[in-house]
Amino acid sequence: MIPVQDRTAQITPSDILLCCTFRNEDIRLPFFLDYYRKLGVTHFLLVDNGSDDGGAAYMADQPDVSLWKTDAHYGKSRYGMDWLTYLQGKYAHGHWVLTVDVDEFFVYPFCDTRPMRALADWLEASEVRSFGAMMLDMYPKGQVSDAVYQRGADPFKLANWFDPGNYTLKRNDFYRNLWIQGGPRARVFFAEKPKQAPALNKIPFVKWDRDFTYVSSTHMLLPRGLNLVYGQNGGEKTSGILLHAKFLNTFGPRVSQEAERAEHYSAGREYKSYASADNDPEIWCQWSEQYLNWRQLEALGLMSKGNWA
Amino acid sequence: MSLGVVMLVHTDFDRAELMVRHWAEGGCPVMIHVDSDVDDTTYDRFVANLDDLADVRFSTRHRCEWGMWGLVAATQDAVQHLLTDFEQVGRVFLASGSCLPLRPISELRAFLDASPQTDFIESATTADVPWTVGGLDRERFTLRFPFAWKRRRRLFDGYVRLQQIIGIKRRIPKGLMPHMGSQWWCLTRTTLEAILNDPNRRRYDRYFQRVWIPDESYFQTLARKHAARIQSRSLTLSKFDFQGKPHIFYDDHVEILRRSGCFVARKIWPNAQVLYENFPCATDKAAGAVRPSTGTVDRIFDKAVERRTRGRAGLYMHSRFPNMEKANGIAAAPFSVMQGFDALFPGFQNWLALQTEATVHGHLYAKDKAHFADGAEVFRGALSDSARLRDYNAQGFLTNLMWTTRDQYQCFMFGPADTQSIRWLLAHDTNARVWVISGAWSIPLFLSGRSAAEVRTEAARLQRRENQFLKTLRAPDAHARLHIYTLADFLENPRDVLQMLIDQIGGHKAHALGQLPEMVDLSGLPVFLQELKNQGMHPFLTGHLSEEMHRRATVVSEPRSYVVGHK
Repeated sequence: MIPVQDRTAQITPSDILLCCTFRNEDIRLPFFLDYYRKLGVTHFLLVDNGSDDGGAAYMADQPDVSLWKTDAHYGKSRYGMDWLTYLQGKYAHGHWVLTVDVDEFFVYPFCDTRPMRALADWLEASEVRSFGAMMLDMYPKGQVSDAVYQRGADPFKLANWFDPGNYTLKRNDFYRNLWIQGGPRARVFFAEKPKQAPALNKIPFVKWDRDFTYVSSTHMLLPRGLNLVYGQNGGEKTSGILLHAKFLNTFGPRVSQEAERAEHYSAGREYKSYASADNDPEIWCQWSEQYLNWRQLEALGLMSKGNWA
Repeated sequence: MSLGVVMLVHTDFDRAELMVRHWAEGGCPVMIHVDSDVDDTTYDRFVANLDDLADVRFSTRHRCEWGMWGLVAATQDAVQHLLTDFEQVGRVFLASGSCLPLRPISELRAFLDASPQTDFIESATTADVPWTVGGLDRERFTLRFPFAWKRRRRLFDGYVRLQQIIGIKRRIPKGLMPHMGSQWWCLTRTTLEAILNDPNRRRYDRYFQRVWIPDESYFQTLARKHAARIQSRSLTLSKFDFQGKPHIFYDDHVEILRRSGCFVARKIWPNAQVLYENFPCATDKAAGAVRPSTGTVDRIFDKAVERRTRGRAGLYMHSRFPNMEKANGIAAAPFSVMQGFDALFPGFQNWLALQTEATVHGHLYAKDKAHFADGAEVFRGALSDSARLRDYNAQGFLTNLMWTTRDQYQCFMFGPADTQSIRWLLAHDTNARVWVISGAWSIPLFLSGRSAAEVRTEAARLQRRENQFLKTLRAPDAHARLHIYTLADFLENPRDVLQMLIDQIGGHKAHALGQLPEMVDLSGLPVFLQELKNQGMHPFLTGHLSEEMHRRATVVSEPRSYVVGHK
């Protein structure tokens, strides 16, 4: 991994950082940056995994971005986590850091009125070190290929539907995290092999310490105590959602590429499943819910204000 | 009489400066205490910045650690200074750097002038104030607390435990009745002077130095001793969460703060620009003198505490995952499960749906798929009817369904041929109402026209599974509401059972039933059951059936011309 544009000297102690790897995602980058800048991220630590679409150059030009690049194998570096763990250990120690993919958009209670700094301050005052957010797959009404995404646009103008109440949870007794599956991916692509349905539990926002490390994507962390982002005696802890803008017209071509490249989890098993299925399905159903705002998600029980009021 | 302010500051000096200016411009002398942990550069700059204000002074610095004596010592000194330096001060208002005045000082002064010689200090006896941090209330006053709770938690806990085990108790000084309450108060010069000049002050101070969180009890207790008239409430709006940590106000609270009518609020998030720009804000003159009323604020923050400690019953999600085995209710709402009814009455589902307002599903746990009401492929919450997906987490399927549909009563059919992995849940959920006609599985076998010899194995399997289900239901620790009848019992009086079933769904005594659903023709069933017995398979769950029984049941299903007094 080599630095392309190192602006880490600009990082001040109160900065909120964002860590992310990407590969050929140029079309998504402008909105991604815009979204997180508005939310209060003040510095981006990014790794470009061999893009050839100009996205890296675009990112390197941004004043609040530090960029590294690598052509190494995504799968063999624990799906990019090795790269990010290195950067987090070096630059994020003592900072609140959000680790997401370019198609994941963080939503938390009061995100329309309170910046991420407010959330971070509150978590810190409450002596909470990690913050959970479930991944919520968003999809359009109609064929996925008809949702034609334009660079810079808000993907949730197109993909603004989600499954409101079909998520199932299990406790992972070893790492103590919850393992969540369900949503449209389980319903449409994995109904016959539910065990393989992708995990939706994520712990993306953490007050980083150089001793911490993500174990598998951002699904769980070490030390294990960081994974207890849920109330175990009936109470609700404060939590958020990662809106997942996966199902757009970019989905079909991506599936073919990734299934062939086989560098994702379990040699791209998930992508192979999409590829073998009809990869331009209609995901929308009669009971899909149209996205409005975080209050709707909280009312549906998909996230919680917990003790934050 | 004028109002003076003692302000405790330890962080966010820019905001604190703003607040000092505000009080000073309102005509209040301000005595500032800055934590001695604050570095000198910051302190000096802060002092220099306030240089232009004549009536702003700084008092001797103490180290103020949360829960320790330093805060009280700092307050005592600052009050003493203030009272000495400014003779015109008749009352002292204790505030912090993150206290935001919501209303103009003039309104506060008018309010205070209306109650002369009254001390505003929240102060309650320990027996009446539950306090959650560390679970200590009365013991705050009877144990010693030399270790800081935030910094040296282990020592703190260990020393408390040790004293509890040995049974050491401190004696509370004579003449004092321990009280506690919010640390933000407004006291009169008379009361404060009496406290500071109390002949026993040294003894009291020594005692309170080892009391835990003395800033919430020192002035509260001593005011009770000296004050002429106490209004037990704080003029500072301040809410605490379940850990005893203050809730923080943000820009989106601007409306509820405005409407609260309170004079001062804390804590304010330092970057809450909208709040700092909008307050203090004069109340509507036309409305007359507005008195503080914190109803809305209380409700919002009490709800937050409730959510964090109890949560929404029946919700399982990524930040709420209670242990089902310890939970009181598992599903979000009451629901009914019926086993055997649809075997006896082919049109049972439709009939039940017509009798009640409930959603009536078929066999949700059938082998082929989840039979939702109206044969839907996907149900509310985008729940799929795929059997595999359902069986992958059978309990989650049910809790999801009950959570999404908690606004409408749900019923579903169940049977020994269905997936049995929710047995435990059905038995242990206080919300489950389980109705079983045991042995009814024999009816479809009988109607299939196959011989007893052919269905023998299947009958044995169903009976075994049903028996297992009944055992689970009847476990001593099971909480479901059970109504279990053998087929023979049920046929004795189907009408009354169905009436009870309908009443339970309605939650009250529903109208008397008209036509019962049509029952299958059971003539020949006793013979069929006897043949099963002859094959060595004894259907013990059906009860003893005879030909007359079935005929009688058909007669009783006609509506009665009179009402039988059942409950």
